[in-house]
Amino acid sequence: MSHREITTESRPVRVLLIGAACAVVTVFLLLPLIAVFVEALRKGWEVFFESLRDEAALSAVKLTLTAAAISVPMNTLFGVGAAWVLTKFRFRGRALLVSLIDLPFAVSPVIAGLVWVLLFGSHGWFGEWLDARDIRIIFALPGIVIATAFVTFPFVARELIPLMESQGTDQEEAAVTLGASGWRIFLRVTLPNIKWGLLYGILLCNARAMGEFGAVSVVSGHIRGETNTLPLHVEVLYNEYQFSAAFACATLLAMLALVTLGIKTAIEHLTGHTSAGKH
Amino acid sequence: MSISIQSIHKTFGNYKALDDVSLEVPNGSLTALLGPSGSGKTTLLRIVAGLESADDGPGRILFHGENVVGIPAGKRQVGFVFQHYALFRHMTVAQNIAFGLTVLPWGKRPPRREIAARVDELLGLVKLDGLGRRRPHELSGGQRQRVALARALAIRPKVLLLDEPFGALDAQVRKDLRRWLRHFHDEIGLTTLFVTHDQEEALELADQVVVMRNSRIEQVGPPQRIYDHPRTPFVYEFLGNVNKLTLRDGGTRYVRPHEIEVKFAAEYDPDFDRLAEVQHLFSAGPVAALSVRTEPGEFIEVEISRKQLDELALSVGDQVALSFPPDPTDPEGDWTGDGAAPTAAANDHAVEWNI
Repeated sequence: MSHREITTESRPVRVLLIGAACAVVTVFLLLPLIAVFVEALRKGWEVFFESLRDEAALSAVKLTLTAAAISVPMNTLFGVGAAWVLTKFRFRGRALLVSLIDLPFAVSPVIAGLVWVLLFGSHGWFGEWLDARDIRIIFALPGIVIATAFVTFPFVARELIPLMESQGTDQEEAAVTLGASGWRIFLRVTLPNIKWGLLYGILLCNARAMGEFGAVSVVSGHIRGETNTLPLHVEVLYNEYQFSAAFACATLLAMLALVTLGIKTAIEHLTGHTSAGKH
Repeated sequence: MSISIQSIHKTFGNYKALDDVSLEVPNGSLTALLGPSGSGKTTLLRIVAGLESADDGPGRILFHGENVVGIPAGKRQVGFVFQHYALFRHMTVAQNIAFGLTVLPWGKRPPRREIAARVDELLGLVKLDGLGRRRPHELSGGQRQRVALARALAIRPKVLLLDEPFGALDAQVRKDLRRWLRHFHDEIGLTTLFVTHDQEEALELADQVVVMRNSRIEQVGPPQRIYDHPRTPFVYEFLGNVNKLTLRDGGTRYVRPHEIEVKFAAEYDPDFDRLAEVQHLFSAGPVAALSVRTEPGEFIEVEISRKQLDELALSVGDQVALSFPPDPTDPEGDWTGDGAAPTAAANDHAVEWNI
């Protein structure tokens, strides 16, 4: 070979390393994915579609979509706002705020769910007050939304903060001296510069919001057809030995993951091209 | 429009970035804020623009006699050009230039056709005709900086503020753009304040040079006067090559390489001259540079014309006599920079030195 590779490892070592990497990917990532689809279709397409058409399954899908539809926009607004404040301004307590944003990542999801039960549950701090007014948060949609929002809280902000940090404030300052108002600066200067990062953050946020199990499991109460999200529904079916139905529903979540990955790759591909002339 | 800066202070946490700075920028002048990094020059520029606010106090900034402290940057009508251009990446050159006009409130916004005409006019002004549809990343550094300038001019600013406008460009483009800017300034006559750490740039470009150091103004004046009559050793050293001499009485003085007269050793006058030995000779260039070593062992850089070098027929190891001009350091230098010539008394006083 006339082209010497930069790597100094000999050919057998390289083959071994690449082989090991492929094996790990297959066993840990690919195999479970295939298993989900194989198990789902074990009893044929009829059973597969039947379990998706089941009332409880449909209700779980609806609840999952509802929870995501509320918590993702909420966290998008919050994430953009937080990233804007944290990167365009310098103030006391800024570092603390940055660390606090990461809190939901650091806390176990179960604890994240339990906290809300302790606050809003019938024996919790605000439990009596809420009971008196007949407001249900825990074991109801509001609790599920709160728990989902809490767990997915950092995604958008985490994606945007380093991006906006690296872009600095020069363009915003230029817009200020040219007489643009804050809102206009955001729409015409900041947003176009962060749009891909933002989309990426929203995508990850959504994937996690629909897939969240731990925190939601604690606050949901597992009321079949009412407070079960899709991941919870899968668990219930599995515990009831309805393996094919459980896996059929799991394929929906697996598809969500695949679509997310696909869009993510597309975004990276797109920005890879547009960022060629970027500095 | 003149700018008057009156006792401005600025503190960042515990750090004093500007310490009682006052400065007059005459109408239509091209004024350079010159100083090493951390001297406060960019902070001062940003305060004038309104991008930063000065500490509370009696400090004022007047545009043509009108106090602008408290007026937001967007309402000051300043054209600000950033070191790294700060062009809007996702917009075309024309959209960049038009930005300041398109964000005007409804009533004041000119019609689309008028904006397009203004953009074309500005493109012509900065010699970028026909490049309106390009994106910033398709332009060279010098072109980008001119787009930034056109964008700043689009809002018909009262003053133009440039923060290290050539800082990110390479040497040749820098030089060309510098001359172009001087010419451009003379044409449009807009009061311009620019920041630089490059003394050559400041001296070549500006009508008035403001030397800053450690959050204060060290000296203000026309380039020639600042160069010839530095008020402090710092200004002396900052404005070009300089030798630091130890005097016989233990004091020091500064002298520029080209100010030293080189004579044959036979012409040595023990009262005023110093004897020295030629250590190195560099004659590849318009002037010849000598590195000489004096009796007490000091190394001095001297510049003489090629012609004189030939007349002296010097080579390494030769003995020469060095004769020094009077010390021009201006101990009662003019602080406000209104251009008054140094007094004769100050100069006479400066001659009292003892090599």
